[in-house]
Amino acid sequence: MRRVRPRHLGLALLVVIAACGRAGAGRGGSIILATTTSTQDSGLLDSLVPAFTAATGIEVKVIAVGSGAALELGRRGDADVVLSHAPQAEREYVASGDLVERRLVMHNDFLVVGPAADPAQAKSRALRDGLARIARTGPFISRADGSGTDKKEMALWKEAGVDTARIAKRERTGQGMGATLQVAEQRRGYTLTDRATYLALKPQLTLVPILSGGPELMNVYHVYVVNPARHGRVHEREARAFVDFLVGARAQEMIGAFGRARFGESLFTADAGKADPTGN
Amino acid sequence: MDVQLWPIIGRTILISGVATVLAVLAGAPLGYLLARSRFRGRTLLLALVNTGMGLPPVVVGLAVWLVLARSGPLGALDLIYTKQAMIAAQFIIGLPLVIGVTAAAVQALPRELPDLLLSLGAGPWRTMLLIAREARLGLLAALMAGFGAVISEVGAAMTVGGNLEGSTRVLATAIVTSTGRGEIGAAMVLGGLLLLIAFATNLVLTIVQQRSER
Repeated sequence: MRRVRPRHLGLALLVVIAACGRAGAGRGGSIILATTTSTQDSGLLDSLVPAFTAATGIEVKVIAVGSGAALELGRRGDADVVLSHAPQAEREYVASGDLVERRLVMHNDFLVVGPAADPAQAKSRALRDGLARIARTGPFISRADGSGTDKKEMALWKEAGVDTARIAKRERTGQGMGATLQVAEQRRGYTLTDRATYLALKPQLTLVPILSGGPELMNVYHVYVVNPARHGRVHEREARAFVDFLVGARAQEMIGAFGRARFGESLFTADAGKADPTGN
Repeated sequence: MDVQLWPIIGRTILISGVATVLAVLAGAPLGYLLARSRFRGRTLLLALVNTGMGLPPVVVGLAVWLVLARSGPLGALDLIYTKQAMIAAQFIIGLPLVIGVTAAAVQALPRELPDLLLSLGAGPWRTMLLIAREARLGLLAALMAGFGAVISEVGAAMTVGGNLEGSTRVLATAIVTSTGRGEIGAAMVLGGLLLLIAFATNLVLTIVQQRSER
């Protein structure tokens, strides 16, 4: 019987796949955008990305993970652009030279949401006081996924002098904001969320805002190009085009208007070219 | 419900279908060889194939991602987060399954069959086709097993495909997205569709398989 050599099949397969690869790329090129689940879940990218592709012909592959993971993708050179909201962590990646072209894009705010019954009696209290009360009664649902929201939560506990090991009935989902809000809803617990995702999911939730406002709860987004000098495979031209688009007049207008029609209020404040709203 | 159903359905069938067909084209001959040949280490190889059937698909996804990501050895091909990457991962997931089931099916055939056919004047290709026909019960089982395994797989599909709307989102990964967004109704519809497709495909293949029983 004629022997079909396995290696020939494997080789043929590889050639076919490689050939398909070239044909698959967008006409104007493509970028991998590593960003946060909050940006994705709020729906903002669903309007911005098509506008960018229509204007430039560049395809955008949006990979939404936690900020920590997005920054790591940048460090490994597995992404071209990083859009993140963990300014403390981002500083390290800029200092190490993995991310360049830092631009302020927008900000919104975080809220602590919880059950309407508010067992911790934390509603509308001062931040430190409210968090301490919540830590005593719980349940509190943490993301614990290395995201910008996760890092903000840890910073808030630290500021409030709460030992995170002693938070009552704490759950760690390890997932994005949408999934974490679902768990908080089902467990009737408290959680830290960004306003945009909360509003986007509000129709399915009975959770209400418990603590909000103030500079500590501000959520600032920056965009970066992954350093092309360090990572040769970065699609530099397309990456810079996306960053320029994001801080340009059109995108900034879309950002500022986003959510008004659906929620009656803007979900983000467009900040390009301005001073950092937290004063950093 | 913000879901474009038809493209997602089409994509799901295309990606898993191509991957399964490739796995059968590569795996069936390999399964045949494994069943028929006698060489040192054959038992070990069979054991490896059986282990491969139990290989966690998400681990395959991670391995393929490491190879195809920008920083990986094949990063320059720009294949990460594409349908091709998903086909490659699903091919690897399905291959051990197809090899294993085919080998079992072929071992059930009479040992002298290929020699008998050759001695009756059948050329090598004709012999292979006739043997495939004899082993069709097993081959169709391999096809169904492979397709079933890959069409419902989520971990590798998410990792190497990226679940990109409009290009790599398939039924299984769309269910994850909808659930994460709290769109439970949409998630259930997608789940129902996935079951329907799996059932319909298996129904057709089972009819073909059982009809050929004389």
